[in-house]
Amino acid sequence: MNRMKLVMIGNGMAGVRTLEELRKYAPDLYDITVFGAEPHGNYNRILLSPVLSGEMTLPEIMLNDLDWYRDNRITLHAGKTVVRIDRIHRVVIAEDGTEAEYDRLLIATGSSPFILPVPGKELPGVISYRDIADTEMMIEAAKTHQHAVVIGAGLLGLEAANGLALRGMNVTVVHLMPWIMERQLDREAADMLQASLEKKGLRFLLEKQTAELVQGESGRVCAIKFKDGDSIPADVVVMAAGIRPNIDLAKAAGLHCNRGVVVNDTMQTFDPRVYAVGECVEHRGIAYGLVAPLFEQAKVCANHLANFGIARYEGSVVSTKLKVTGIDVFSAGDFSDKDAEEIVLHDRQGGVYKRILVKDDRIVGSVLYGDTVDGSWYFQLMKDRQDVHEVRDHLMFGQNHLGDAGHKGETHAAAMPDSAQVCGCNGVCKGDIVKAIKSHGLFSLDDVRKHTKASSSCGSCTGLVEQILASCVGGAYQPADSKSKPMCGCTDHTHEEVREAIRKNKWLSIPEVQQGMAWRAPNGCASCRPALNYYLISTWPHQAKDDPQSRFINERAHANIQKDGSYSVVPRMWGGLTTPQELRAIADAAEKYEVPTIKVTGGQRIDLLGVKKEDLPRVWADFAAAGMVSGHAYGKSLRTVKTCVGAEHCRFGTQLSMSMGVKLEKMLFGMWSPHKVKLAVSGCPRNCAEAGIKDVGVIGVDGGYELYVAGNGGIKTDVAQFLCKVSSDDEVLEYSAAFLQLYREEARYLDRTVHYVHRVGLDYIKGRVVDDAVNRKALYERLLYAVQDYKDPWAERAEGADKHEFTPIRFHRKGAMTNEQAQPA
Amino acid sequence: MAGDDIIEMQVMSEWLRVCRLDEIPRQGARVVELDGTRVAVFRTAEDEIHALEDRCPHKGGPLSQGIVFDRRVACPLHGWLIRLDTGHACSPDEGCARRYRTKLDNAEVYVAPDA
Repeated sequence: MNRMKLVMIGNGMAGVRTLEELRKYAPDLYDITVFGAEPHGNYNRILLSPVLSGEMTLPEIMLNDLDWYRDNRITLHAGKTVVRIDRIHRVVIAEDGTEAEYDRLLIATGSSPFILPVPGKELPGVISYRDIADTEMMIEAAKTHQHAVVIGAGLLGLEAANGLALRGMNVTVVHLMPWIMERQLDREAADMLQASLEKKGLRFLLEKQTAELVQGESGRVCAIKFKDGDSIPADVVVMAAGIRPNIDLAKAAGLHCNRGVVVNDTMQTFDPRVYAVGECVEHRGIAYGLVAPLFEQAKVCANHLANFGIARYEGSVVSTKLKVTGIDVFSAGDFSDKDAEEIVLHDRQGGVYKRILVKDDRIVGSVLYGDTVDGSWYFQLMKDRQDVHEVRDHLMFGQNHLGDAGHKGETHAAAMPDSAQVCGCNGVCKGDIVKAIKSHGLFSLDDVRKHTKASSSCGSCTGLVEQILASCVGGAYQPADSKSKPMCGCTDHTHEEVREAIRKNKWLSIPEVQQGMAWRAPNGCASCRPALNYYLISTWPHQAKDDPQSRFINERAHANIQKDGSYSVVPRMWGGLTTPQELRAIADAAEKYEVPTIKVTGGQRIDLLGVKKEDLPRVWADFAAAGMVSGHAYGKSLRTVKTCVGAEHCRFGTQLSMSMGVKLEKMLFGMWSPHKVKLAVSGCPRNCAEAGIKDVGVIGVDGGYELYVAGNGGIKTDVAQFLCKVSSDDEVLEYSAAFLQLYREEARYLDRTVHYVHRVGLDYIKGRVVDDAVNRKALYERLLYAVQDYKDPWAERAEGADKHEFTPIRFHRKGAMTNEQAQPA
Repeated sequence: MAGDDIIEMQVMSEWLRVCRLDEIPRQGARVVELDGTRVAVFRTAEDEIHALEDRCPHKGGPLSQGIVFDRRVACPLHGWLIRLDTGHACSPDEGCARRYRTKLDNAEVYVAPDA
């Protein structure tokens, strides 16, 4: 097959990331040739600072070594600078005469440090800070020289200064502006940062303009002179006063350039065969100098190079994180807006400063110093443009305060020792995470989850892991924009888009959705299939075909898989009530099937743990004979309705909470939902049923009930929010069902009610469920319709349904005795 | 035979006929016990048959109970992805489940008991 030719100019992070993305989409579409001016493979430029400071070595920061190019059949011309693009003949020409023809050209030439136009700028000892060669030169200079001056107190300048100081030099940072990092920090945060850098031995000269670099007797730079006449000694001068996109090549080829090479939302330049990504690019008037937006660009560009033609880059919101060991600084968004409202916490002694700017109930910017654990949360809220007025009171105290109970007390990731445990579920320490990030070149939370398993189970340490990631890779880490996050790697569509399409097109099966929305993997993955199955059956109840193979094993086998592969069986006890007959049936089954463990659950029922899968149908048949049904203790479905004794017996009770609970549980039996759903009914405000941490909590009061929604007692302890007060049992049923139906119709798969309500806001829920009676009734009807005629899955399987699921086929060699054989069949 | 609780007696030969293709659900698996060793026999969406020992290399989870997609299965315990054709865990996880040879002949599924 004759492949198209793709040539890439520049061998940096944005360009190579584009090739990596392209390899995922269309591995065989192109013959690829890469020209790189540096004589290396692709390395992680962000980690040059730790190399300079001696915390890492060069081999550790290589992302793609030369083998990678060979393995992917990419021709790499390392160390060859391209001097000309001939667009008429579609060929690029390098310095040494090497030529390469192209069908598509990708310009990823990056940027160069801005060199101040002052006398002496070309003297030996004057260096910029951009690549491996610069870094090595600084390391060498630090061995033999004493005085370093860094011009520019931006991110790069401060990291360079810190590195040189750690290498033993006397470092002075010279800055034109009145405070350091003025584009990312406000004065307060900058002053605190400056003070702690001064403690590390750096000196600062602010509002100083460089006039001249003075030559010494050796021919090397020896001093720096300022406009005000002052001068200080300098054996090494590092220019870190900003970067300029490298556009000369593109400009000479007649491509439209402004500050950078101008591209549209598909990363295409003026010439449709020529694409551009990275720091050389200008998109909608912005040239980005941080890595994260470049990765987003790479993804879009690869999509178009692969002829998919559906992705668009619409610009990035960026955040900044300084990579200086032991110092936590975070900044995102705009904090110069005079109209924005400020929320400020300032503890000068404690070294903590937080400023959040809010405009029209949305976060527009934040600056954090000292305690940055909530940086990514604020950033997420900002990117999602989420309405924060409901949580405004608590905003300053962070996500922890809103209920994330997992890691109280650990908010200073940079100060944590390597041995500190971060992920309690999987036993992952900070050192493990840092090591994985550095050795595998990880940039995203998903990557860290895959490699270390940290934050991949319950997720409560996500904020901490994000912070560690940010402290390792700086601004290159950007939390995903959750509103436009695709469902999974199989598609670029969001959960909401998929649900809408299922509704609009009346799709009834998973293949219809996958074909209709051009799924990349023909039969999806273990993450999207269960979601699609739920969306189908919840949107088109009784019509869409339930696909058991797309359900997690628990929902397929109607029991809860345990760590040894056995199952647990929990019969339903409506409202937590039982009878002697039921207890007898449970005891009989436990004896008959040799159930090793019997436990009373938190949901007021009895769990039989350690049942062999083969025995399940028989256990169920025995329960069915005693009139008991599945408790769904395994599913994304109604779990339990916990009740207190209530007015039936309790001297304080105001309402019949047990019978109310039974009514709710009977109504909702058979309800599948985005995640598990738990309810509770208490007979009085003493609330013995703990209704305050349930998806729907009902509290009896004199003359009616109070309804609470979106509570959670799990990973995040969240107190349920008051929805409304109703006066009758029927209203309890109607309002609860309407709320749950809204959740069923609108939440993303695996969202608990708390996540859903946090996202849409309680006011929205009230508007749909409380204020709008017509809508409430319609929701109620839809829920009743969805659960009507639900057949107990246990009874069906006890009668023989899905028998293949439960029965192994056994063989053994003649004469060989196995345990099974020794037992009576 | 499949679907009965009776223990099947048969001399182990080079190829063991285990069941008809339609006795394994598409994108699903059945457990076959060979001399007490549990083997998961998978059927992909394209009707390929693969067999692996029913033990995830991570913590021994029963792979037969996982969600099958493409040529992979997601272990039901902790979500490791195991390749059906090689038994290898997908990157970045490392490990391998023992693989058994299989063949499909006239819609009958065969497994070679000695891997």
